[in-house]
Amino acid sequence: MIGWFRRRPTVTAYLLLAPGLLYLAVFYVLPTVQMFLVSLWTGNVQDGYQLTFNFGIYGQAWNQYSDQFIRSLLYGGAATILTFLIGFPLAFFIAFRGGRYKNLLLFLVVAPFFTSFLLRTLSWKIIFADNGFVVGPLKDLGLVPDSFRLLATPIAVIAGITYNFLPFMTLPLYVALEKIPPSLLEAAGDLYANSWSRFRKVTLPLALPGVIAGSLLTFIPAVGDYVNAELLGNPQSQMIGNVIQSRFLAVGDYPTGSALSFILMAAILTGVLIYARIVGTEELLGGAST
Amino acid sequence: MAGSVSRAGTAGTTSATGSGSLELARQGGTFMQRFTRGVSHWLLPIYTILAVGYLALPVAVMIAFSFNDAGRSNLNWVGFSLDAWLNPLGRPGLQSAVFNSLLIAVLATIISTILGVLIGLALVRHIFRGRAVTNLLIFLPMSTPEIVMGTSLLTLYLQVPGVLFPLGVHTILIAHIMFNISYVVVTMKARLQGFPRHLEEAAMDLGANEWTTFWRVTFPLILPGIVAAALLAFSLSIDDYVVTSFTAGQTPTFPLFIYGSQQRGIPVQVNVIGTIIFLTAVGFVLLTTILSRRQRADPVEASVDE
Repeated sequence: MIGWFRRRPTVTAYLLLAPGLLYLAVFYVLPTVQMFLVSLWTGNVQDGYQLTFNFGIYGQAWNQYSDQFIRSLLYGGAATILTFLIGFPLAFFIAFRGGRYKNLLLFLVVAPFFTSFLLRTLSWKIIFADNGFVVGPLKDLGLVPDSFRLLATPIAVIAGITYNFLPFMTLPLYVALEKIPPSLLEAAGDLYANSWSRFRKVTLPLALPGVIAGSLLTFIPAVGDYVNAELLGNPQSQMIGNVIQSRFLAVGDYPTGSALSFILMAAILTGVLIYARIVGTEELLGGAST
Repeated sequence: MAGSVSRAGTAGTTSATGSGSLELARQGGTFMQRFTRGVSHWLLPIYTILAVGYLALPVAVMIAFSFNDAGRSNLNWVGFSLDAWLNPLGRPGLQSAVFNSLLIAVLATIISTILGVLIGLALVRHIFRGRAVTNLLIFLPMSTPEIVMGTSLLTLYLQVPGVLFPLGVHTILIAHIMFNISYVVVTMKARLQGFPRHLEEAAMDLGANEWTTFWRVTFPLILPGIVAAALLAFSLSIDDYVVTSFTAGQTPTFPLFIYGSQQRGIPVQVNVIGTIIFLTAVGFVLLTTILSRRQRADPVEASVDE
């Protein structure tokens, strides 16, 4: 029996794949299709909905919520750039200078993940509070006016997102930097490159896969995030996630919520698929393996 | 040599105070070279300490505020108290929320680990048609924002009344298994790369059949990867708020409890349980690190590693 499978390794492969892929087909692909269909419904939550292929909803949803969409892209983009600026020197140090502290430092980078996402964000609420230990002393010293706030501002939202996704940027950067063979760096030195041009012409280009993977891993959840905007922001700093959440769970306006959700996913997947064409699907999973 | 010493002298007057920077200056070079070397020598370690401190700050705040003597709203420091630690589940609704979270996390971890490990084995050990599609199907859930997964699952659930609607523990579980699978596969793939096939072949040459070979050779070799994947799945599941909020209905979980009490004021107990989860996870990681170190000391394993 087992020998039969051994002579047909492809059959074994498909048997190994079948349960998991079937699961993803039913609970990832099918819901996505269903969400697209729901976006074409018309009706209301009291009288019920009907599938009317109302494609106009996409234009309406965009017109009504383009502010939140653009804000999400801006906040997500700003947070991605900030995580890169904060994460790159950190990853660089761990990869090249970590020495015997390498594992400890990596552990410290990942450690925040062992704390609830919500509790970390609530901690920032405590830290940014109007009379908390950051804003309070600044006010006492007269460095900022009494009306100064951090909490409930876009700055707090971007700071929260940056903090929460920093490890997503740092780890792929570390993986990419770690892979750079020291011999290449030595060769650059032998060819009279100074440390700056060695960094610019050897280290940075070789770290590029990590930069791309880290940017994707940060940007995707950052754009869709609404927890930071909800806990640290104000009504004027709402992101598209906040709108989708309230359409679904507060209003029961499933078509608009689905349309917005679908636009968000389509925008992100387009970017990801372009990236997949460039780097190949094998690299896609390798790059994310942090 | 003489030149470099004299250069060290001039550089020394401006910056050198310790032996480290003297050594630094002795290497000489243009201003730009000295500057970049100085950055990497002093600034980078200091920066790293600051960055790690920044990462740890909210965790430290969470732990500190678990000892806060706050009555209702745990946002300002009032005074030291052990009350919450002595009664960590002493809030209405908290116990069932924590219980649901643990139950869902354990079940989702077991099921998603099994499904994901099987896919991981197929991807690493077999050549088959449809590889690109498989890779894409694994990657897509990881590159979909959580809110999209939550809303799309909800639209599916609404279509299957009686089974998947009303929502409950089972619908949360379905969702958690779904988003865990990809992470299990990716973790397994990373660990299985460079898998020593020759050890399996050796076992077969020595007369073991496929079944024995799998359980006596393959399984022990992939076990560290399975443990790592399962830990990741567990931590993703127990912490999930976004997907859960769309698939839970009236069923409380620990993250939903936190979010729900956010308007009225977070009870201190939430920080206590958050701290317990944090310490447990850290303990697990330390334990698996120690165990894998011990395994690596084994000469057979060591030869396998490279």
